[in-house]
Amino acid sequence: MATQSSVGEKNKAGQTITDPWQMMHDAERTPCFFTGSEVIKEALRRANCDIMIAYPITPQSEAAALAGELFAEGFIGDYFRGESEFAVMSQCAGAAFGGARVFTTTAGPGTMRAMENFPMWAGARLPIQMIVTCRGINSPLSIQPDTLEISYLLNTGMLVWHAETAQDFYDWILKGYMVSEEPDVHLPLALCCDGFFVTHTKDMVSLTPADMCLPPYDPYRSPVPCMDMECPPVRMMRDPFIMKSNYISYATHASWQQEVWAAVERSRKHTVRWLDGLIEVENPGAEILLVSSGTAVSQGREAKVLLEEEGIDVGIVKIKSLRPWPGEEIREATKNAKHIIVPEFNVTGWMAREIKATIPNSERVYAGPRVCGGMTLPPEIIAADIKTLLGIKNKALAGRGS
Amino acid sequence: MIKSRLNIRMSGLGGQGAVTAAHVMAMAASRDGKFAISNPFFGAEKRMAPAESYCRIGVKRIWDRGELVYPDVIEVFHPQVITLGKSYTMPFYSGIKEGGVVVINSDMPLLTKEDQKILNDLNVAVFYIAGTQVALEVAGTELSTNMTMIGSVAGITKCVSLEGLDGALQERFGKKFVASGGTATLDEAIRKKFAKKEMLLKKNLDTVIRAYEMAGEWAAKNNIELAVAAA
Repeated sequence: MATQSSVGEKNKAGQTITDPWQMMHDAERTPCFFTGSEVIKEALRRANCDIMIAYPITPQSEAAALAGELFAEGFIGDYFRGESEFAVMSQCAGAAFGGARVFTTTAGPGTMRAMENFPMWAGARLPIQMIVTCRGINSPLSIQPDTLEISYLLNTGMLVWHAETAQDFYDWILKGYMVSEEPDVHLPLALCCDGFFVTHTKDMVSLTPADMCLPPYDPYRSPVPCMDMECPPVRMMRDPFIMKSNYISYATHASWQQEVWAAVERSRKHTVRWLDGLIEVENPGAEILLVSSGTAVSQGREAKVLLEEEGIDVGIVKIKSLRPWPGEEIREATKNAKHIIVPEFNVTGWMAREIKATIPNSERVYAGPRVCGGMTLPPEIIAADIKTLLGIKNKALAGRGS
Repeated sequence: MIKSRLNIRMSGLGGQGAVTAAHVMAMAASRDGKFAISNPFFGAEKRMAPAESYCRIGVKRIWDRGELVYPDVIEVFHPQVITLGKSYTMPFYSGIKEGGVVVINSDMPLLTKEDQKILNDLNVAVFYIAGTQVALEVAGTELSTNMTMIGSVAGITKCVSLEGLDGALQERFGKKFVASGGTATLDEAIRKKFAKKEMLLKKNLDTVIRAYEMAGEWAAKNNIELAVAAA
């Protein structure tokens, strides 16, 4: 993977640098019953990371604090707390410009506060990995899960993945670096999960050996030079194009933006290889398909079981990567579906909109059920909505508080 | 009723250990070879504010997560959950399934006639345990109240074994240093260092066992049958 292979050597923490494909696919796995936060720590332990910059915000605070313990144990090169999320993400940029493998975590209002940095990261081609443990971003204040913030990340030029389970999270943190550090990609990754549903939930996860780690980041595989005031990717620091308003300046920005999005496209082949496809389909022949990402998929899987007990056949399409967007795969998976149900944990239904814009005959899409503001989406509600859609009578469901 | 999955909702107040209780239950179930998932829900982390946790135990992979809207078992860790409405919903038993069980930590009945009738109609049994007193008696601290809630649900449903709970408590509080039953052979220095922790583990397990027996007796006497299928 690196310009000069370091596989077989030891890192500073005494771990053996291992071929990433072998580490993720062939190495023996140990099952552990862990929270998502603990899983982030364990993945980071094996990521050969140079720096982690932290700022506390629920529900990622625990993971950020556990990363501090890892630093104390010698598994991360450097670790400190920034002054705000904006500061943290700017400091992440500085570290990545300097040639470091960078890791950070944030959530909800923190993501929003730092937003200016994300297109900057992408434009500067910094392969930073940011864990986003989604929570509400509205006022009144909420700390509970809500995926609205993901929709804001979709057009930043970052790669955006949405993990369903702690196992996804563990594997994808490590695989994420492999995709985003490819020379023809070299983009930041927002690795999202639903806060609390993943971070604070204890679940069974299989871990790779703790004495194996990824090869270190090789900054010379960057498609743009490391930070240098004389030759930034575009001359951002001195003599910036913003000072000029002419055709050359517009053309520079336009071509560079196109290049960033071309890099997102080029990540597709690597993502397919590492994540074993951008989507995962279960029971593809079903006329009713539940299509979504994250915890909404988990709730859909439970609804599928409930409906099967009543003789209703349902399939599942789990979308793993949102950027790059699996348009072709979704068209293929849904081509025979009569009803496409899109459960979501946000008020606007951005996922349903993305799917409607992707497939022919988009009236097949049922944009719901949706919950927001921290509500849970019980499988019973998904099942009830599907039955209503099919014209089948439902027994009244007692809601909490009803 | 033998179920392929048992859904347990724990309603408590901040600081009572409801979150820990759900995690310990799930860890125990996992150790027993069952599938389990546990997670908490809380707002600002504040003592005496409503806090809930959820534990799902079953014989197949569990995907469902988040707030448990339709539980089989509801555990009330503090009378104020009912008397002051410190619950995520009113009434605290909303969504409970037919044939379910409610466990309440109180030394006196707390339900109104109306509530009792609704629960009776749903064939829901109510077990009162003076959990805080039991914790004070056995462990010498009310901080072990959550252990009586763990013991109660385990005693009634047998959804986790006492061995599983013992292991889970060690994993949660003692790491590898302490093991009840005298299986740990620690050198003098380490034993001195962790003598307090060892005692804490033992007393907590004793509290679990006391509640397990009390609840088991109640369930047998009242013919309560709510269990998870074998792993």
